[in-house]
Amino acid sequence: MTEPVELRADVSTQTKVTDQLAEMPWWFLFIFLTAIYLVYSFYFNQTYQEIFAFLKDGFIVTIRVTLIAYSIAVTIGLLTGLARVSKNPILYNVASVYVQIMRGVPILVTILYVAFVITPMAVEQVNKMGVWLAELGLLGPDNVLALLGSRTAGLSVSFEARAITALAISYGAFSAEIFRAGIESIGRGQMEAARSLGMSYLQSMRYIILPQAVRRVLPPLGNDFIAMLKESSLVSALGVKDITQLGKLYASSSFEYLKTFNIVAFMYLFMTVLLSLGVKFMEKRLRMDG
Amino acid sequence: MAEPIIVIKDLKKHFGHVRAVNGVSLEVQPGEVVVIIGPSGSGKSTLLRCINYLEVPTSGDIWVDGIHLSKKTTNINAVRREVGMVFQQFNLFPHLTALENVTIAQTVVRKRKKDEAIRIAMEQLERVGIPEKANAYPGQLSGGQQQRVAIARALAMNPKIMLFDEPTSALDPEMIKEVLDVMLSLAQEGMTMVVVTHEMGFARNAADRIIFMDNGVIVEDTTPTELFTNPKHERTKMFLSKILH
Repeated sequence: MTEPVELRADVSTQTKVTDQLAEMPWWFLFIFLTAIYLVYSFYFNQTYQEIFAFLKDGFIVTIRVTLIAYSIAVTIGLLTGLARVSKNPILYNVASVYVQIMRGVPILVTILYVAFVITPMAVEQVNKMGVWLAELGLLGPDNVLALLGSRTAGLSVSFEARAITALAISYGAFSAEIFRAGIESIGRGQMEAARSLGMSYLQSMRYIILPQAVRRVLPPLGNDFIAMLKESSLVSALGVKDITQLGKLYASSSFEYLKTFNIVAFMYLFMTVLLSLGVKFMEKRLRMDG
Repeated sequence: MAEPIIVIKDLKKHFGHVRAVNGVSLEVQPGEVVVIIGPSGSGKSTLLRCINYLEVPTSGDIWVDGIHLSKKTTNINAVRREVGMVFQQFNLFPHLTALENVTIAQTVVRKRKKDEAIRIAMEQLERVGIPEKANAYPGQLSGGQQQRVAIARALAMNPKIMLFDEPTSALDPEMIKEVLDVMLSLAQEGMTMVVVTHEMGFARNAADRIIFMDNGVIVEDTTPTELFTNPKHERTKMFLSKILH
């Protein structure tokens, strides 16, 4: 009597095991093993160790550039996204022009444009204003205007800052579209209910719409962060010493192209794989919460 | 008789070529319960939504509690906090618990202290009969419970008027009664109510006045007894013969 029952239980656990096997992240295992192999060879290979030591500073620059540019991009994105759903025609059109331009221009071109066109122009204007302020502050060196003038008259902007600005305004447009889609995915009834209780448009956004929208846009924003981490390698075009730039420098002076770019690629891969696992986990949790 | 609390004069609301509301004039006295019935597409929901300006009228004038809504200088948010609204789809805020749903507008709009808002919210949740669900999220509540929380949310603002836009139409039949019971007791307490509904039982029991709308105009405006026993217009008779089996 009991045997068939046990048999059935066996079958169901078996299918479960194969299901689980199919669901295992095999791709991760593959990358993990490659990583172990690479770490192993780093450990016993003098050249790898030298390259690694040379690229370490670039690792920090890449992370710094990405983190700062991304924070600015998300802020721009939130504001622009709000403008894109706004009924105010000026806000809507200004935001749309910005988004369309940034989405249509390659990021590398934006970086070059910001670095060699917009920043020099802006710096020149600020310098002029500084000279003018210094002249206005005739009463002596303690004068705030003169002090401010001397600071701004001599203003210069590092290429890292220019690169960060360019990445931020490029990605600001992408995250603006993510925020817009997130806000529009919240049903009209939510805004109506909030407004019917006497909340203003901004209060309704702040307390009702955005908290719901932000949860929905977290995974795509996370993916954007990963994309930006990779695209940050473009700042090497300005000579900013990130992983890629240092790799280029090392390879061209030592001719160790294979080993150098192995490490360059591995550094990026290491970060992006970890982050994409993080995004997956976040998606799962948000889906469970409903 | 006291001053009417809602005055509507020659209200029109057109959506492109569709004349949803096409010249409606109406007065509602304080404490009155007015039920609006009519076939779908007759403009009854649009009329209701014009009263708190969720729909901006094409033309005509509305006064709520003496405030002229169509005037440019009127702060519509100040009017809306005195007019509670209950929706067909409940529209609870899914990221907040039942209790937070009822407190949020109190703290943000009425600027009440948090503990005072919670006290008032619990009173209202008790009034609609579900204080034990205070910490549940809308997704964990049945339709009837959600709609009762929505009523509590509106009542917590101490509104002078309550608008109900087909509050039971999205509910399973066995949950309709629990919502209607809350509305009935509210009517008995003297709340001014304008209710768009297909619940003829509620109309008969609770309404002081019943309005039949068709094609964007008021066809008949009379007492429930009069309307159900002695409808004057052909269209009213046809409508009633279809819904009263």
